[in-house]
Amino acid sequence: MAARKSERIMNLTICLLSARRFVAKEDIRTAIDGYHDMSDAAFERAFERDKEELRQLGVPVETGSNSAFFEDEVGYRIRRNDFELPPIQLDAAEAAVVALAAQTWRQGRLASSIQSAWAKLRAAGVEPDAGRSALLAPTVIAPEPALEPLWQAMTTRSTVTFEYARSGQDRSERRIDPWLISAARGRWYLLGHDHDRGEPRLFRLSRITSEVTEASAPGSYQVPADVDLRELSRRLEPADPTSTVLLAIRAGRAPWLRRQGRPSGQPAPEGLPADHDLVEVEIGDEHAFIGEVAGHGPDVLVLAPSTLAQKVVDHLVEVAR
Amino acid sequence: MTSADQVARLLAMVPYLQAHDGVKVSEVAELFSITPAQVRRDLEVAYMCGLPGLLPGDLIEVDMDAVAGDGTIHLSNAEYLGRPLRLSADEALSLVLGLRMLREVGSGQSRAVIDSALGRLGGLDATASDTAARIGTSVQSGPDEVVAAIETALANGSRLTIRHEGRVTTTARDIDPARIVVRDAIAYLDAWDLLRGDWRTFRLDRIVAAAPNGSAEPHGDPPDHEAGWLERLGQRGDVVVRLQPSAHWVAEYFPVRSSELLPDGRLEVALPVSDPGWLDWLLLRLGSAAELVRPIDAAAGATEAATLALEHYARLGVRPEGVR
Repeated sequence: MAARKSERIMNLTICLLSARRFVAKEDIRTAIDGYHDMSDAAFERAFERDKEELRQLGVPVETGSNSAFFEDEVGYRIRRNDFELPPIQLDAAEAAVVALAAQTWRQGRLASSIQSAWAKLRAAGVEPDAGRSALLAPTVIAPEPALEPLWQAMTTRSTVTFEYARSGQDRSERRIDPWLISAARGRWYLLGHDHDRGEPRLFRLSRITSEVTEASAPGSYQVPADVDLRELSRRLEPADPTSTVLLAIRAGRAPWLRRQGRPSGQPAPEGLPADHDLVEVEIGDEHAFIGEVAGHGPDVLVLAPSTLAQKVVDHLVEVAR
Repeated sequence: MTSADQVARLLAMVPYLQAHDGVKVSEVAELFSITPAQVRRDLEVAYMCGLPGLLPGDLIEVDMDAVAGDGTIHLSNAEYLGRPLRLSADEALSLVLGLRMLREVGSGQSRAVIDSALGRLGGLDATASDTAARIGTSVQSGPDEVVAAIETALANGSRLTIRHEGRVTTTARDIDPARIVVRDAIAYLDAWDLLRGDWRTFRLDRIVAAAPNGSAEPHGDPPDHEAGWLERLGQRGDVVVRLQPSAHWVAEYFPVRSSELLPDGRLEVALPVSDPGWLDWLLLRLGSAAELVRPIDAAAGATEAATLALEHYARLGVRPEGVR
């Protein structure tokens, strides 16, 4: 049954694509075998569905009239220029990176989209050079489940709803026009207009606790002209350094933290173990930094300011008891 | 398999087959991610299509004997479907984002080529380019010279000596690199670690140097991330902790086997632990924001480290509040 329907829609496509003029509905019915055995009503239903299905696939079925005088004589056609993939010139190296890109998404709708895109490019004559696989072929694994539906909604400009858990508590349903999505320091963020709060809000995708559902017709919002990715990057920048901290780091330890700072020429205070180096680090968020230092246990000690050292000590006491 | 899927596929397959006369059924199946049986069913549909009138000479011709015989496909008489349907917005967007991911993870030597490919494909669909302009795809990757060394090693099958910045120390280790994966927006290298004699996953931004060191040996394929991520992590069993709201981020940041919000607002999570040093670090870092539930002796390492640190602070004259 499905094969019969595929045949009919393929034949409809070929018929409308090959016609130089708009083809009247009755002529289509005569020309295409698949419509022959249908009653008038069944044909009307099938024809409407077939047209809609073609439009869903992205086939531009145009409605119009051949006559300027009899505009009610409606017919259909597919303009070749609107239908066909335009010529694509990719050299062997470019084709090779596109072939690799086609392997990045392995799951869900993105995977099937990129596979069919690649098949179309191959059909249009893009030939990858088999010898040029010298590049990395990264695979995106287990991406945030919210990414795909949000990208989808951004493409159609549809309002979405989802449940959001701020700091794990007070889950609430949000109604958002998605404007921008970006990643910073390994995490994905969404900036969008929050309908209930009446202003733009920033969301971390990992805190979306439900499915993302489209909750409006396509084209329901416009992104303000002055909102672009730079706006989102600004919001995601780490807090500006507000103070300098003097640390003692045990030789060879905490390489990551050591690299954030610079060696200090200050004299070592009395009582400091001999194998510790003095390092100065600029910090922004003091609260986060206390945890970072404490994580290193005896390998990293705060020497100054003394108020910060006190806070680290009070933090460690909770672990030691 | 709906008829819409089949029609979409045929609108690419018919031009593809005309441009690749004599291609194998298996090759077509791979390109379109379908079974060889489905390729044959698609061909049976194509065989029944053609120009209106449907006289024998108007139909698409497929050499079904060759398909059944040596498994090659010869399709003709379909000049009106000489080029594929244009890309949908979804397809164009997935290509642009895929190329951008590649660009983010790759080294400078690949970036110029990716940019020129993006230039040629970026404008194929107006909706897709508009959406792509509102999606940032930054991935945490490694230093350029490190990524370039890994690219070369993967291409040549070389072994690498890397300097890896761990949480505690920087170590030199020999690895046979296998593949790059991106999880969340962080790039990782799956490699065989010769010191451990097992597969390991390294964050690219924690590899500070990489140099070739002879030839890699075959180790089979690295384990599948989708299937085995938690299982491989949990080799030492689970640890159950209760997290204050300020520490709920732990459940977003690390794989958890289960998580339950308690009436008092704390989150009880079961964390698979493969490295006791990691658990020490986590408990030290969280302080009073985390309470270990079980196993009760799992906090011993963190307690010992905190006690030692407090002794250092005491000698420096810093004592806990209320202790003088």
